[in-house]
Amino acid sequence: MLQTENMIHLRGLHKSYVTGSNSLHVLKGIDLHIAPGEFVSIMGSSGSGKSTLLNILGILDNYDQGQYTLAGNPIVKMSETKAAAFRNQLIGFVFQSFNLISFKNALENVALPLYYQKISRRKRNQMAMEYLDRMGLADWANHMPNELSGGQKQRIAIARALISKPKVILADEPTGALDTQTSYEVMDILKEVNAQGITILIVTHEHDIAAMTNRIIRLRDGVIAEDIRNGEVKKIKEMAFAAAI
Amino acid sequence: MFDLDKWQEIFSTIRQNKLRTFLTAFSVAWGIIMLVILLGSGYGLENGVRKEFEGDAVNYLSINPGMTSVAHKGTKPGTPIRFTNDDRDLLARMPGVTASSARTRIFGNGIISYKNEYGAFDIFCCHPEYAQVESLVMTQGRYLNHSDIENTRKVVALGRIVAEALFKNGEDPLGKYIKVNDVLFKVVGVFDDPGGDRDMSRIYIPISTAQKAFNRGNSINNVCVVMDGATVEQSRQAEEAIKQNLSQRHHFDPNDTRALFVFNTINEYQRFMSLFAGIRTFIWIIGIGTIIAGIVGVSNIMMIVVKERTKEIGIRKSLGATPASIVGLILQESVLITAFAGYSGLVIGVVLLELVGNNMPNVDYFANPEIKLDVALSATLLLIVSGVVAGFVPARRAASVKPVEALRDE
Ligand SMILES: Nc1ncnc2c1ncn2[C@@H]1O[C@H](COP(=O)(O)OP(=O)(O)OP(=O)(O)O)[C@@H](O)[C@H]1O
Ligand SMILES: [Mg+2]
Repeated sequence: MLQTENMIHLRGLHKSYVTGSNSLHVLKGIDLHIAPGEFVSIMGSSGSGKSTLLNILGILDNYDQGQYTLAGNPIVKMSETKAAAFRNQLIGFVFQSFNLISFKNALENVALPLYYQKISRRKRNQMAMEYLDRMGLADWANHMPNELSGGQKQRIAIARALISKPKVILADEPTGALDTQTSYEVMDILKEVNAQGITILIVTHEHDIAAMTNRIIRLRDGVIAEDIRNGEVKKIKEMAFAAAI
Repeated sequence: MFDLDKWQEIFSTIRQNKLRTFLTAFSVAWGIIMLVILLGSGYGLENGVRKEFEGDAVNYLSINPGMTSVAHKGTKPGTPIRFTNDDRDLLARMPGVTASSARTRIFGNGIISYKNEYGAFDIFCCHPEYAQVESLVMTQGRYLNHSDIENTRKVVALGRIVAEALFKNGEDPLGKYIKVNDVLFKVVGVFDDPGGDRDMSRIYIPISTAQKAFNRGNSINNVCVVMDGATVEQSRQAEEAIKQNLSQRHHFDPNDTRALFVFNTINEYQRFMSLFAGIRTFIWIIGIGTIIAGIVGVSNIMMIVVKERTKEIGIRKSLGATPASIVGLILQESVLITAFAGYSGLVIGVVLLELVGNNMPNVDYFANPEIKLDVALSATLLLIVSGVVAGFVPARRAASVKPVEALRDE
């Protein structure tokens, strides 16, 4: 892969929701390039299409117009089986509501993506244990999701997203359901993951969370209104700090 | 299909949803229990009716004289028809008749005794061929023979019940003399009759001897003709020919329904056989209905299951589950539940049937309710197929769940 090649490449992406006779044009031509190893946050007011965009990036939803390339693979209309393979190998999801399977314990939840890679039960439990350990949750392996705190659940979800060694982590408001302290802990973990070279995109409403990433993309009226990088992010961080005081 | 991981996956979901699994399983098991009982009862009915017929041959016609009800060629209405030996000889010569016998019944008023033991039993006066009509089985000695008829011998064949009543303490009846209405007869044989106790509470004596000993001239009460190998059609034709012949001989209107009564067992048997066929068809229709109801039931529950698990399916898909793996998950669960529950239902049904069969009083037209092994095996196979059918629509529905919709927070 060329150094300059994009991890995510969007050109003129459009998406409308059609409900009955109404059509809601949510994404109106998104052009976006995200390089490998970036840590990006997507911001914007409620209903601006952040989740819509993230779902398209995760091949959970399809788009109407434009081009999308993920890690060099053109993402066009494809069979559900092929989409499943891409999700399994390229993408790790983290959700606001964790989306753990309630009747499986922490270890089984983390191991699940490997089941779909046809890895033996022994091997995948062993790997799941490793990832839980990295999240500091080894002691909680046999606990069911309803016995865990929000922060613990999100860390398990992150372990599950990482276990298939994806190229991109897509997280829709990963800290949305967590208190500030826990949110920061989760962001620390994501930063660590990013430091190992995994590209991360998060959707967030919170400036302080966005400020912990290296690039902020702001959606407005279905297009990218702002795209702030690196140094500028620091500035916002200071602004947020000033605002806090 | 037989990958262990998948089974572990299914067992873990079943373990977590015990009530749901139980309800599904219960509905299937219930359906199968009903089916087994239905099939078993139908078979019991068939067994029972067959048993009723086993008592007698099913290839004979019994011809009984009646009383004229219309005037015909000088015969007034109300004239009784009386049979004689000549009638039997006439009918014996008819085409298709393979054996024939006269029959005169002297009902229970005949006192029969041996030493100090006595009883009132039916006395049947017949030809040797009558053994074919009653399907008699000799357990000792012999039945009446032609030489008994020709020589008007005073010999008698006893039903088992009669023999047991007269000969106590294991005394051998063969060669002993019993008194029949004060006339001594020598016992030549003892018989069993599959027709039951009533048919074994009889004694048989030669018709010629009875006519002579009891002053009955050459009169007889009835003629039975055996038509071995005759079709229903042939038996009906013979019935008509018999009416024609006898109406000419006795001068009655061949269309007079009161002058002659013919009981055609070939025709009756055929009617019962078509009744069985009807019952069997009926049971199959109900059975298939039950199975379809079961399939719809499981399908419905699996549909709810899929709806309940939409979110989980969405999560699985976001983690890389292919549609095929989702179909497999739902289908295998459906097959597992149906097969397991159905098999349990089968076992319970068979046990219930067995209990009913063993504790049931003797009722006419119902005996030995049971289900045959091949029926049970095909039912099991049918269940597995049902599981697949029942799971198919819900599984397809599950596979087509859109992850983005499943994962949306409400
Ligand atoms: N399946 C759908 N059918 C119809 N309209 C939809 C659907 N999903 C989203 N929308 C609409 O599209 C618009 C964008 O929704 P989206 O969920 O992407 O917003 P968002 O930026 O994530 O908002 P929030 O910050 O509240 O999560 C909204 O107006 C929403 O009502
Ligand atoms: Mg959203």
